[in-house]
Amino acid sequence: MKITIDRDRCVGAGQCVRAADEVFDQDDLDGCVVLLVSRPSERLSAEVRDAERFCPSGAIEIHDA
Amino acid sequence: MTEPTTAPAVPKARSCPFLPPDDIAGVRSAAPVSRATFTSGDEAWLVTGYEQVRAVLRDPSFSVQVPHALHTQDGVVTQKPGRGSLLWQDEPDHTTDRKLLAKEFTVRRMQALRPNIQRIVDDHLDAIEAQGGPVDLVKTFANPVPSMVISDLFGVPVERRAEFQEIAEAMMRVDQDAAATEAAGMRLGGLLYQLVQERRANPGDDLISALITTEDPDGAVDDMFLMNAAGTLLIAAHDTTACMIGLGAALLLDRPDQLALLREDPELIGNAVEELLRYLTIGQFGGERVATQDVEIGGVRIGKGEQVVAHVLAADFDPAFVDEPERFDITRRPAPHLAFGFGPHQCIGQQLARIELQIVFSTLFRRFPTLRLAKPVEELRFRNDMVFYGVHELPVTW
Ligand code: HEM
Ligand code: SF4
Repeated sequence: MKITIDRDRCVGAGQCVRAADEVFDQDDLDGCVVLLVSRPSERLSAEVRDAERFCPSGAIEIHDA
Repeated sequence: MTEPTTAPAVPKARSCPFLPPDDIAGVRSAAPVSRATFTSGDEAWLVTGYEQVRAVLRDPSFSVQVPHALHTQDGVVTQKPGRGSLLWQDEPDHTTDRKLLAKEFTVRRMQALRPNIQRIVDDHLDAIEAQGGPVDLVKTFANPVPSMVISDLFGVPVERRAEFQEIAEAMMRVDQDAAATEAAGMRLGGLLYQLVQERRANPGDDLISALITTEDPDGAVDDMFLMNAAGTLLIAAHDTTACMIGLGAALLLDRPDQLALLREDPELIGNAVEELLRYLTIGQFGGERVATQDVEIGGVRIGKGEQVVAHVLAADFDPAFVDEPERFDITRRPAPHLAFGFGPHQCIGQQLARIELQIVFSTLFRRFPTLRLAKPVEELRFRNDMVFYGVHELPVTW
């Protein structure tokens, strides 16, 4: 699983951090998403899918394979 | 030629005070996007399906700058989309201004407020215990706690906190005309202006001071910006959280089986708060938007200039979103409910609200294990005509 983020769309709602705090963080300068790991291990895949589903702005994209 | 027909009125009557209006499920299953007549007398689109509501709220074809306030009697829009006001701004300004504020509301920053919120909650419960039952939990607890939390965040001096709360409540009434809302807005403006000037002269570690000193290359953060931002935050944070505390306590006290689950396993509090938020989705009339171009939602064409109501309460009871939506179950796995909205305007204060509600309900039911309603649910007065649904008073004893 590979993740990409679009910081321009992000509205800093922090849903991704709540869902998967080993993968996402928020920037102290604008509250926007920071990707901690772009290819998270299998162990985290359910959390990452939650983050994508909870994100209100469509800023998180998951690419399988 | 066919006769012009009037669209049916948007359902509002609730036979169970803890469930959505009786007829909304029928409207949703007949057509998740339909025409309806609203309180103002205007006809507009009523969107009630979960996927369709999400589609409206995240689609940049919709603007928040609506020509008519559909949920009021006179339909007059009193809010102006100034810089920093967020709720009434569209992109690109909304995006820029939201980022200036969002950094003050990150999950990490909000977690750091926990000890302070716990202290505020403890102090209020101490006072309630000392006073002895029965007490009105809305007046003694649900209203003052969020007010203290946001006043702390803003650095509002103690002596002006009661006034802040009173004005914030006056702004949210829908059973008054536009002039009364505007008058409350003027008073709020005066108070906020004073606060901004004080913080400029004497900065502290509060939110207003942080915004004043924020890095702002475009110079957008002037007095007007600060007052708009503070005004939106105050209105958006007070009443909402207070309603959730009062109504949430009423629901839990009405469902002893669920409360027992929470008492046995305090770790359930996170899930319990999410289920309370979903089940009560207090923004009872939904979000208002207007299409800035022709757009299709759930196969229905919405024309440029037409107004839309994204009915988040109906959406959170869509069986396509949750199984058995009418079952209140604090053990459900949290799902992306729409109690905080969706899309670019999704609540900026949601992480704070979650923390507050978690601390409030854990502490309340731990401190008062025998807490019970002092009046049957049937005799409680509910906020049927207010933007945010809740209970007017909640007499409890222990
Ligand atoms: C349980 C409590 C709360 C509920 C149910 C709630 C609900 C909402 C909803 C539904 C929206 C979206 C409105 C729309 O799309 O038109 C919203 C936006 C907003 N909320 Fe909350 N809210 C709560 C607590 C708070 C708190 C504690 C704060 C601040 C400290 C806050 C600040 C805001 C702001 C500033 C916005 C506007 C965001 C924007 O337009 O970009 N809210 N809230
Ligand atoms: S959930 Fe989406 S909008 Fe919110 S911080 Fe994460 S990426 Fe940004």
